[in-house]
Amino acid sequence: MVWEVVIGLETHAQLSTRSKIFSGSSTAFGASPNSQASAVDIALPGVLPVLNRGAVERAIRFGLAVGATISPRSIFARKNYFYPDLPKGYQISQYELPVVQGGSLTIMVGDREKTVRLTRAHLEEDAGKSLHEDFHGMSGIDLNRAGTPLLEIVTEPDLTSAEEAVAYAKALHALVQWIGICDGNMQEGSFRCDANVSVRRPGEPLGTRCEIKNLNSFNFMDKAIRYEVRRQVELIEDGGKVVQETRLYDPDKDETRSMRSKEDAMDYRYFPDPDLLPLAITPQWLDDVKATMPELPVAKQARYTGEFGLSGYDARLLTQSREWSDYFEASLAAAGIADKAGAAKAVANLMTGELAATLNRSESSIVEAPVSPVALGGLVRKCVDGTLNNKMAKEVFAAMWAGEGDADAIIDKRGLKQISDSGEIEKIVDQVLAANAKSVEEFRAGKDKAFNALVGQVMKATKGKANPAQVNDLLKKKLGG
Amino acid sequence: MLNFTAKQLAAELAAKRVSSVEVAGFFLNRISTLGKDLNAFVSVDEEKTLAAARAADRLIADGKAGPLTGVPVAHKDIFCAEGWLTTCGSKMLANFRAPYDAHVIGQFNAAGAVIAGKTNMDEFAMGSSNETSFFGPVRNPWQTECVPGGSSGGSAAAVAARLTPVSTGTDTGGSIRQPAALTGICGLKPTYGVVSRYGMIAFASSLDQAGPFARTAEDVALMLNVMAGFDARDSTSLQRDAEDYARDLQKPLAGLRIGLPREFFAEGMAPDVAKAIDEAIAQYRKLGCEMVEVALPNMKLSVPVYYVLAPAEASSNLSRFDGVRYGHRAPAYSDLVDMYKKSRAQGFGAEVKRRILIGTYVLSHGYYDAYYIKAQKLRRLIAQDFSDAFKQCDVILGPTSPGTAFKLGEKSGDPVQMYLSDIYTIAVNLAGLPGMSLPCGFDRANLPVGLQLIGDYFGEAKMLNVAHQYQLATDWHQRMPQGI
Repeated sequence: MVWEVVIGLETHAQLSTRSKIFSGSSTAFGASPNSQASAVDIALPGVLPVLNRGAVERAIRFGLAVGATISPRSIFARKNYFYPDLPKGYQISQYELPVVQGGSLTIMVGDREKTVRLTRAHLEEDAGKSLHEDFHGMSGIDLNRAGTPLLEIVTEPDLTSAEEAVAYAKALHALVQWIGICDGNMQEGSFRCDANVSVRRPGEPLGTRCEIKNLNSFNFMDKAIRYEVRRQVELIEDGGKVVQETRLYDPDKDETRSMRSKEDAMDYRYFPDPDLLPLAITPQWLDDVKATMPELPVAKQARYTGEFGLSGYDARLLTQSREWSDYFEASLAAAGIADKAGAAKAVANLMTGELAATLNRSESSIVEAPVSPVALGGLVRKCVDGTLNNKMAKEVFAAMWAGEGDADAIIDKRGLKQISDSGEIEKIVDQVLAANAKSVEEFRAGKDKAFNALVGQVMKATKGKANPAQVNDLLKKKLGG
Repeated sequence: MLNFTAKQLAAELAAKRVSSVEVAGFFLNRISTLGKDLNAFVSVDEEKTLAAARAADRLIADGKAGPLTGVPVAHKDIFCAEGWLTTCGSKMLANFRAPYDAHVIGQFNAAGAVIAGKTNMDEFAMGSSNETSFFGPVRNPWQTECVPGGSSGGSAAAVAARLTPVSTGTDTGGSIRQPAALTGICGLKPTYGVVSRYGMIAFASSLDQAGPFARTAEDVALMLNVMAGFDARDSTSLQRDAEDYARDLQKPLAGLRIGLPREFFAEGMAPDVAKAIDEAIAQYRKLGCEMVEVALPNMKLSVPVYYVLAPAEASSNLSRFDGVRYGHRAPAYSDLVDMYKKSRAQGFGAEVKRRILIGTYVLSHGYYDAYYIKAQKLRRLIAQDFSDAFKQCDVILGPTSPGTAFKLGEKSGDPVQMYLSDIYTIAVNLAGLPGMSLPCGFDRANLPVGLQLIGDYFGEAKMLNVAHQYQLATDWHQRMPQGI
């Protein structure tokens, strides 16, 4: 039987402010327990919250990046429940009037484009941490994280597979880092997702959903959703019914299990927090934030394909992060070549080829690359002016990575210079044709592979220095007659 | 020294005719004797008080005296004061020593005032008689079998009994004005947002305001000058230029339009109270004021509206008292939920529990719109009534409380009767307006009657002008309870 999968994601992005959302304490990760918990964070009697302007600005940045409505007036509400790591007995969040409403994010699923609609994004504070180990029948409470600013980003139920959900989460993860509002560190919990999953037969109304928590990596998200879809389908096909509940993903067992059912769902008694005035965002403030927005990935991709004639694939790879596009643009500028399209293609080839592969092998990020954008620009100059062919460029890149100096120095030292003198190449081509009569024969009999063998022979004879394009042309001319 | 106002005392201190240590010793002595009988204080710390007095004397010696340097001020035990027990009248916080100063405390410290002690109060400021305090009821110095009013009963009784020249309180539905009325002194609740709530233990955040107690309007102005002002730590604190609340005290009242809400005079007032208020009106006529009848048609809804909104906010504000980080934790429990239940059941008194239950109920799914949202809408109508009234008058006048001080235990079994004793004060909090009570006579049992003035937003200086001119013409504020 055919099943449709319906998924909506809720993501908590920790905002990259230095201090907490309602107090002046530091948000730095990894400090000793309760060393970053002020009177406000531990909810001493009499303390009051004061909203962090930087957190609001980051929410505005997000709203602008996804084309959402930024509410000129939004309300902070109290979500009331008891838990030891929730010091006030309520979480300050936004409920009826969130700061960001609507918007959408366009993602690539494989090579297919998809637009995911967003419902809302709202500001709220994080809770502390309960530590259940090492306390011998007691629990420890660490309130360092209490009051850390979060932006909860909620999608419409637009995602139809684990693959789409992961693609969305990755795109969102890249975007929040791109616009500088979240460090994206998933190990430290800076970017956490919950998935609402349901299944239905085509044409039927939405099925009963389950919320899956604890999806703290893209890999876990993929596995958890696949498991959950399978579980729900099997349940229904066996004549059962899905019960609305919250389920926890256990990566060790690769399964989701029930945490609490809807019947145990708490009544949070939301009401507007009387300690905080409505949040007013003036057109002036909006404009000020707009002025500091970086060019967004989508705009850059359009420019890279339009202005430089790069493929969509290359453009997307080069805009996978701010660091990548910065590197690309710096290399292009350093190459200083009039033919921008040619230079851009050469930079893109080196970055998506050698650079990406080497970074991958060395498990390092682009900002750690020992080859600077200026150095890569130098290498690009030597490729575009015909000094180096692809094979030689790879060799020079590896030498640059190993710290042997810039492209010019390496080319000199190693005597790497492409042979582009057509007379010289023609001489060698003639010699190769004469010495490989059998291959010539095969080629004329229709074996295309023989042609490649002949190219290989020419390159071998020139120790890889011949300009491959010229070799191709000459061979074709001579063989084709 | 007994009858010096804070202003007179500050002048005596500045002139070095008396030292702050002598003043502190004098009042500490009264607190430890008469104060004990009245149960007006929850905590007294002679060492701390005398140390502050010595520091004040040094400032005076160095010529660095401020407006209140060396003057003792008693604070309601709702204000966190660093190093002081801050109990809020509750078993829940009986062991809580505040590690920081409330904004109000910081302002008084900066003005050189000496903390005389922390005064008794209804538990978490919930009550109108000071009978809900975990530390026992406060007695009214005029008649010790009577209540002093609440919730700031200790602070009011302390000033009336000359245990301190001035004190602080908080007013959520009348908790400054009603005890001021019942003990024959002055008490003022400022416009919402004029005094920072930082460090003041929250009851109902959108209604709570701190204010002063004193015997004269002049001292109230002096106190308010110290307490008021913007504080970035309270998001509801108003950013306004500082003002001198004493600036208009001497203005003559000729031509002033006094609004008399017909709803205040319709029914419910005890005859002796009505008589005293009528006499006060006559006095104001003599001072050249014009009486204007005004209408507050929605005022009758203020008690039900208040008893939805205040408990709603309180139910959430009091969630932090869970036994996890500070305050009372049950000595024995089986698990987390049991710890919460037992700690809160043991730590809170009956009135606090009643309001938490009401508040939890009105915020619950399915009831929120019918109660909380409805009450918020009515709150706006009540505020609108006042705006309309202030188009016709400069200040509103009426009784503070329908009756005079009642006997201990007389109303404590009937919460609704108790709630109705705030019928004239609650609407002022709902509207966020300033209001004050000043003494205007006595009933046949020689218990004081309070006159309430209600000002327009930021009308504190005008109200104090109206009160001061009355006090120049009368001597009710100079009367003293017998046997103190």
